[in-house]
Amino acid sequence: MIVARDDTLVIRNPDDVVRVRQEVRARAVAAGFGLVDQTKIVTAASELARNTLDYGGGGKARIEVVQNGARKGLRLTFEDQGPGIPDVELALKDGYTTGGGLGLGLSGARRLSNEFQIHSVVGEGTRVTIARWK
Amino acid sequence: MDRIPILKLGRALLVTVQVDMHDRLAMALEEDLSAKIVTTGARGVLIDISGLEIVDSFMGRMLDTIAAVSRLLDADTVVVGMRPAVAITLVELGLSLNGVKTALDVDRGMALITGDYGHASEGSEDLEDSDDRGEG
Ligand SMILES: Nc1ncnc2c1ncn2[C@@H]1O[C@H](COP(=O)(O)OP(=O)(O)OP(=O)(O)O)[C@@H](O)[C@H]1O
Ligand SMILES: [Mg+2]
Repeated sequence: MIVARDDTLVIRNPDDVVRVRQEVRARAVAAGFGLVDQTKIVTAASELARNTLDYGGGGKARIEVVQNGARKGLRLTFEDQGPGIPDVELALKDGYTTGGGLGLGLSGARRLSNEFQIHSVVGEGTRVTIARWK
Repeated sequence: MDRIPILKLGRALLVTVQVDMHDRLAMALEEDLSAKIVTTGARGVLIDISGLEIVDSFMGRMLDTIAAVSRLLDADTVVVGMRPAVAITLVELGLSLNGVKTALDVDRGMALITGDYGHASEGSEDLEDSDDRGEG
């Protein structure tokens, strides 16, 4: 797999979440994603960026444009050094929230992506990687 | 701080939500709207999201909250102008917006609020009559 472009954005405040959305949108357009695919990956990015900010206390978003043979895609990695998630399986359940949300961010982002990985260690932080192919 | 303008449109309030609304702005809108429903006695709130490129769970919760608060203040909430790609994505996200009514455009949303359903379907189906509908 070839990485054609690789950008990292800092997530420290709500404006940064907006910036992540805009950057992911721009990369998705450039990669030739259709409107529905753009909307799905930007929405997933918005959910994960907000989690990074709200629960992880801020962190980073890495946006990679990847190419696997003829397939183009986007790979997004959200990483924080926050408290971590004690029970990842539970956190991935629809409706589970510790922050008074709808509990749809993680599970929804997984549904909106073709690939989804989460790695979280209590006391160390959380890393979520998603990919969506054109 | 910026605020989202709330327009009075007959017996309803019209809010046009712009692209990439910041969180603070969303919170201010909830407060401004509830206050304005009370001072104007509006029977409904139209939220035009045709400018929104995405609706995530944060925005979805905001729409739900506005609808719930409006209902307590005796006003209906109608979300209008959702883009098709947004609707498709919302379903996959798992956001059903159960407490919120939706309409394709402001005219139809208005008809939902005034209870003038016949008028709305006439407008969509009898296009040749649209000149002498005697609106307003
Ligand atoms: N980066 C993170 N660090 C620590 N905990 C997290 C992180 N991301 C998610 N969580 C935990 O997982 C739960 C579920 O997250 P999810 O995004 O699905 O829902 P939510 O953020 O609570 O609500 P919503 O996203 O629907 O507004 C969160 O409430 C939180 O407890
Ligand atoms: Mg979330």
